[in-house]
Amino acid sequence: MHVPKTVKIKRVIKESPTVKTFIFDWEVKEEVPGNFMMVWNFNDEKPMSISLIDQVKNEIGISIRGVGEFTNQVHNLEEGDMLGLRGPYGRGFHIAGPKILAVGGGVGMAPIVAFTEEASKMGFSVDVVSAAGTANELLYGERIQNTGSKLLTCTDDGSHGFCGFGTELADIALSETKYDMVVACGPEVMMKKLHDTVEKLDIPAQFSLERYMKCGIGLCGQCCVDDMGWRVCVEGPVFWSDELKMISEFGKYKRDASGIKHSI
Amino acid sequence: MEIEFCGIKMENPTMLAAGILGSTASSLNWAAKSGAGAVVTKSFGLNSNKGYSNPTTVEVTGGVINAIGLSNPGVENFEKELKKLDGTVPAVASIYGANPDEFSKIASQIQEDVDAVELNVSCPHAMSGCGAAIGQDPLLTSTIVSAVKESVNIPVFVKLTPNVTDIVEVALSAEDAGADALTLINSLGPGMRIDIKTGKPILSNRFGGMSGPAIKPVAVRCVYDVFDAVDIPLIGVGGIRNYEDVLEFIYAGANCVQIGTSIMYEGMEIFGKVVEGLDGFMKEMGYKKLEEMVGIAHKQ
Repeated sequence: MHVPKTVKIKRVIKESPTVKTFIFDWEVKEEVPGNFMMVWNFNDEKPMSISLIDQVKNEIGISIRGVGEFTNQVHNLEEGDMLGLRGPYGRGFHIAGPKILAVGGGVGMAPIVAFTEEASKMGFSVDVVSAAGTANELLYGERIQNTGSKLLTCTDDGSHGFCGFGTELADIALSETKYDMVVACGPEVMMKKLHDTVEKLDIPAQFSLERYMKCGIGLCGQCCVDDMGWRVCVEGPVFWSDELKMISEFGKYKRDASGIKHSI
Repeated sequence: MEIEFCGIKMENPTMLAAGILGSTASSLNWAAKSGAGAVVTKSFGLNSNKGYSNPTTVEVTGGVINAIGLSNPGVENFEKELKKLDGTVPAVASIYGANPDEFSKIASQIQEDVDAVELNVSCPHAMSGCGAAIGQDPLLTSTIVSAVKESVNIPVFVKLTPNVTDIVEVALSAEDAGADALTLINSLGPGMRIDIKTGKPILSNRFGGMSGPAIKPVAVRCVYDVFDAVDIPLIGVGGIRNYEDVLEFIYAGANCVQIGTSIMYEGMEIFGKVVEGLDGFMKEMGYKKLEEMVGIAHKQ
């Protein structure tokens, strides 16, 4: 039933100065990379990508970047504190290869690390472009390396790895290797550029979008995107490249809680 | 399956209900493409409104309770959405306000863009003075309906709340004031759900209107009662999930129906499925026109 499940925070991992991962005991049944949970802090409820799915330990993890009132309140919580989770929701990534390029920008790395772990378990080869502002903001380096995937880091200030945007590093990777699949999650500006690139190169690609949500279960219409009306919470958040061609607002605007459009 | 309702031609008697996937032209057009005979927009008002913070929806046995809070971008912005409707099916604007002036202003501004206007005088979790606060009062309802009738040329539907002692009284009042049709019913309650571990009400507004299959018997009974009392046509809504549910509303006295919450269970495909089921039923029973079935529960 679509009701928040109140669960205790089992473990908190400080991933970076701004990002924390909250781990919960959870009976893993249908959770797949690309899914999100509606997270209730008893004050507000927001969608957050699942960043860890452990079918052996029966745990899930949600990574949250402290950017505002809601996320900062959650950041102040400790092991043993409660949160309400409902989900998993949304269409996850389709995992296929054999050679995959996974691109994550900032906390967009959350579904990407879950994807990388699952894809490598399934025997696919994954190269990961992990982009952040600066070295100490890079996420999940150890987890990615533990999968045996090639990690290509990228920072705006050059403090670690490639100096520049994730899309620039992705361009280099795409020019050097023939990939069968590209998956991406990060700032929409980044994904829009990458979408243009993979379209030109004609490589199948999937992108995880984000929109303001209310019900999260496909009823209220808040997260419907123009012009197809697709719901980011049901038909998305993961969309294929050719579906994105029909999402005219992609890379251009998104709607706020009252439905008013704002430029991205 | 074609009907004519208040002068509006519809390919089938189903409409997308207000508040469900109706906040943008894109989703309204999707409902139209999926087979809805008409679409009703999400309720919009004079000014933009963010609505309540989340959680705004939670499932309960047999449906959901919601307190979205009438979030909308305001009539100026929403009119732009109305102009992007692809026009393949009739469109009904659901509007709300706090007084006759607001209702009239909104209605007259958008009347060229839609085929009818549906007055939301029945939302059970609206802000003070709006929604059910009006619909629970026959006199207030009457003043709103008269004001809107004076300001538009298009049909005016009035959506009633079941959360009253006597829905017939309000229905008669709306009819007397000039309503062209009545939509029965808006959501029930309001209701609430409390989290077991923390004792906290789950909805941020604590209370929300209940919709979905569990409210259907109440909705059907409201249609049945009002059909006896008024002469104007009725739109039945409340928990419809399949063609059999539609038939109950028609037998109770509705000429057409709206479907909303059950999209959660059946997807947008529900419109096509319902119409196919009705078609098959009518052929099997020998009905040539839908009108033949309207109100037959009263003849038993």
